Amino acid sequence: MIWVIFAAMTGLAVFSVLWPLSRSRRVAPANLPNISLYEAQVAEIDRDAASGLIPAQDAAAAKADAARRLLAVSASIPAHVPAQRNASIAAAAALVLIPALTLGLYSRFGRPDLPDAPLAARLQATDPGKMDMAAAIVRIEAHLREHPDDGRGWNVIAPVYLRLGRVGDARRAFSEAIRLLGDSPVREAGLGEALLAEAQGVVTAEARRAFEKASADPSLPQPRYYLGLAALQDGKPDDARAIWTKLADEAPAGASFVPALRQKIAALGGTPGTGPQSDAGKSIAALPPGERTAAIRSMVDGLSARLQQNGGSLDEWQRLVRAYSVLNEPEKARAALANARNNLASDAAANSELDRVARELGLGG
Amino acid sequence: MIVETGHYALVLAFVLALFQAIVPLIGVRLADAQLMRSARSIALMQFAFVALAYAALTYAHVVSDFSLVNVYENSHSAKPLVYKISGVWGNHEGSMLLWVLVLSICGASVALFSRIMPETLRAAALAVQGWIGAAFLLFVLATSNPFARFADAPLEGRDLNPILQDPGLAIHPPLLYLGYVGFSVTFSFAAAALICGRLDAGWARIVRPWVLVAWMFLTLGIAMGSYWAYYTLGWGGFWFWDPVENASLMPWLAGTALLHCMSVMQKRDALKIWTIFLAILAFSLSLLGTFLVRSGVLTSVHAFANDPARGVFILAILVLFIGGALILFALRANTLVPGGVFAPVSREGALVLNNLILTCACATVFIGTLYPLALEALTGDKISVGAPYFNLTFVPLCLPLALAMPFGQQLAWKRGNLLGAAQRLTIAIGCGLVAVIALALIKGGPVLSIIAAGLAIFLIIGSFADIAARTLRGEGHVLSRALGLPRSAWATSIAHAGIGLTLFGLASTGWGVEEIARMRPGQAVTVGPYELTVTEIKPGRGPNFDETVAHTVIRAGGVIVAQINPAQRFYPVRQMSRAEAGIATLGFGQVYMSLAEVNRNGTIDARLYWKPFVILIWIGALVMAAGGLLSLSDRRIGFAYVTRRRGAAAPVLPQAAE
Repeated sequence: MIWVIFAAMTGLAVFSVLWPLSRSRRVAPANLPNISLYEAQVAEIDRDAASGLIPAQDAAAAKADAARRLLAVSASIPAHVPAQRNASIAAAAALVLIPALTLGLYSRFGRPDLPDAPLAARLQATDPGKMDMAAAIVRIEAHLREHPDDGRGWNVIAPVYLRLGRVGDARRAFSEAIRLLGDSPVREAGLGEALLAEAQGVVTAEARRAFEKASADPSLPQPRYYLGLAALQDGKPDDARAIWTKLADEAPAGASFVPALRQKIAALGGTPGTGPQSDAGKSIAALPPGERTAAIRSMVDGLSARLQQNGGSLDEWQRLVRAYSVLNEPEKARAALANARNNLASDAAANSELDRVARELGLGG
Repeated sequence: MIVETGHYALVLAFVLALFQAIVPLIGVRLADAQLMRSARSIALMQFAFVALAYAALTYAHVVSDFSLVNVYENSHSAKPLVYKISGVWGNHEGSMLLWVLVLSICGASVALFSRIMPETLRAAALAVQGWIGAAFLLFVLATSNPFARFADAPLEGRDLNPILQDPGLAIHPPLLYLGYVGFSVTFSFAAAALICGRLDAGWARIVRPWVLVAWMFLTLGIAMGSYWAYYTLGWGGFWFWDPVENASLMPWLAGTALLHCMSVMQKRDALKIWTIFLAILAFSLSLLGTFLVRSGVLTSVHAFANDPARGVFILAILVLFIGGALILFALRANTLVPGGVFAPVSREGALVLNNLILTCACATVFIGTLYPLALEALTGDKISVGAPYFNLTFVPLCLPLALAMPFGQQLAWKRGNLLGAAQRLTIAIGCGLVAVIALALIKGGPVLSIIAAGLAIFLIIGSFADIAARTLRGEGHVLSRALGLPRSAWATSIAHAGIGLTLFGLASTGWGVEEIARMRPGQAVTVGPYELTVTEIKPGRGPNFDETVAHTVIRAGGVIVAQINPAQRFYPVRQMSRAEAGIATLGFGQVYMSLAEVNRNGTIDARLYWKPFVILIWIGALVMAAGGLLSLSDRRIGFAYVTRRRGAAAPVLPQAAE
């Protein structure tokens, strides 16, 4: 159907070019407008003279002036050359180019497959039994506009917002629910997650408070995980490891998050049960604590020197940045990050990965 | 289906604009009447398609079709209907579509009207319009497509910026665009005159209505925008020398000069180069305004676009059209046959002075607007050029202009007599001086306000000196003689008097009173001659906002003269609040109250103003536009009669210089 309309419209457009070309080639004399202007001028001068607005001799002079102008204009009119082939070339161009260009451009920008979607029709068409979530949100929102003190409404919609990524709305809804219904670990956890998402993965002080309140319920894994993340972002990997290890150990058997969490713990260097895998790692682990740190530092500095001299892969640079971050040396971590950016400047994907790492470690930009 | 039909229509309009740009131009080159005539039908069809696209977008906004990105980002299902309609142009994409719509309306009018127009001129002018249309349609399609879709439509939109949810927005942009784009027609005709190598009184007669219409709409658009800023932004100011305001003022100044040049062209066949130059300048400045607002170069409430691709695109359009026109001007200006000669002291001479002053004023605004941008681009330093700069440059240029205006009206065509003009203005000069002395005795200051007010009185009375002299002379009843004068003479006087009214309103700002107060219900605050008392502070609820209203009564000498309801509104969707000022018009002055803060302890912090004669600023603009309308209604050719008797004490007959 829509293509019939498009075809008709295209036809009209072509017609607007063809129509004047099909009409007779005879034209009014080109000087006609000038002559009619002259006649109007003379008539006006006569009227003004008759009504006494100007003296007769001025009127005569003005008429002469007007006539002089007409002559001057007439002399510059070019003679019309009759043309035969022009019209057919223009017509052919219109017939071919208008549909071709329009369809070409429209196929680039248009979405003929998408029907109109007026809101009222969409809300009506949706059967309440299987009302999709978006329609439900709109109804709850309308309800909350009328009854902004309905804490249960906020409580229902808040996690939905969070799932949809509407984090600002989620934060507001959780805050409202907490204000109206009092705080509960689940709501505080949700608020914390919303704040975390708004800050793009950084556990802010506010988010941390929410997670601390939420961790009152030890059966909720998220707040405890994020508290660990907060410790990591604060440059306290040992605390993070402790929190996460505890969380992993206390998790119910078969909890789906445990394997991923164990990997994170492993990345921090202390793996409950397993221990370092590489030989160098094993020998360092065997050292007394003071020497262990020194040994790690010398290894990291060695990596840094090698990368600065010879360059390295994205993976190696990342390892360096993380290592400095774990060693609680943010200055060196930033310097390593800057070096990595210089080194990988031509690689956009690597740069965005570095941005992500910088955000994750709270190194700022 | 309606939405995609609109989208397809927009693409078709672009392709037709390309044909309109090329086919008639070839026709002009080959002197082929058929090719030339195609310009008219193509322009009409192009208008039909753009109108269809615009209607489709409006439909999508009205029915809240959130499958359009544009509707989702700028609308909300709970928004009142009028703002759903005005919201179409309250965003970047929609406003550019409105721009193109107005452009195609102008093209269609050129195609339909003016039967006296030579076919060559019409074809060339419509071709230039086609180029402009094609450039902007491509801009809309490629960088700002209002018909971009979501495959999976959201169910609620993000609402329109609350500052834009106001009746002022419903009127201001369309008026301004009619002005801006109206100058595209004069630009096209100027380019066409250069292409055809002919510029004469007949040309001026065809183009003058366009200049008048564009100028009127621009005048109203600027006034509306300034009033809108006055009552929405809550600072009680009406002109901030904001780059966006300057962007509309510059084409107005150039357009005003062009308007006066046109009448010289039409009546005396003179000032051809000036006319072409100003026609190019007026539209170039309109384009510059569009660039400044649309490119995101500026950060202001107007700049809702922020996309470098758009900026570069508009810059390219700017360079193409201004550069192209100037090259054409350089190549062809010397082919224009010079017209009538005139003495330095004459109506024509006065209008050349007018052109010079207005162009210089335009240049000062230009520098003040672009210098900070250029500096920031080159060195990264942010400087702000504000009122002090313009008070030192723009104002000293414009006050002498106000002084010269009544004199110019008194001078005869071709050669005039300055002393005689001064004699005929004795009464006006006297009134102005009396006003200055009286104001100095009563008010005592500020000096600039007193001088400007005296000048305004002189200007208003002086504007009518010509009409008065012509009415009192001769035979017959005074009234019938007054009505018998050409409408264009009345139009000149009325428009000039409008400037006088605006000037008086501006001068009176020096006598305004401003208070900032913390107010409790029942407590009275004195502002100028009035006493304001908040009676009640209570919450309210609108369709898409919550508000706190402070009901306030205004008393003069203990008697209640007015009630106002300033409010603080909060729009939850955008998490934004804005102040809704309470304004009471008392005489020509206004009491203005804006809530800065609603405190928890039941008090409010408010800004309170008494602004004497403030509405004259906008009434003046309305009067100017009315003058323009009157001039437009005068279909006389307006021949400039030149008295031939040299040296004799001829009765000098002043002519209208509308």
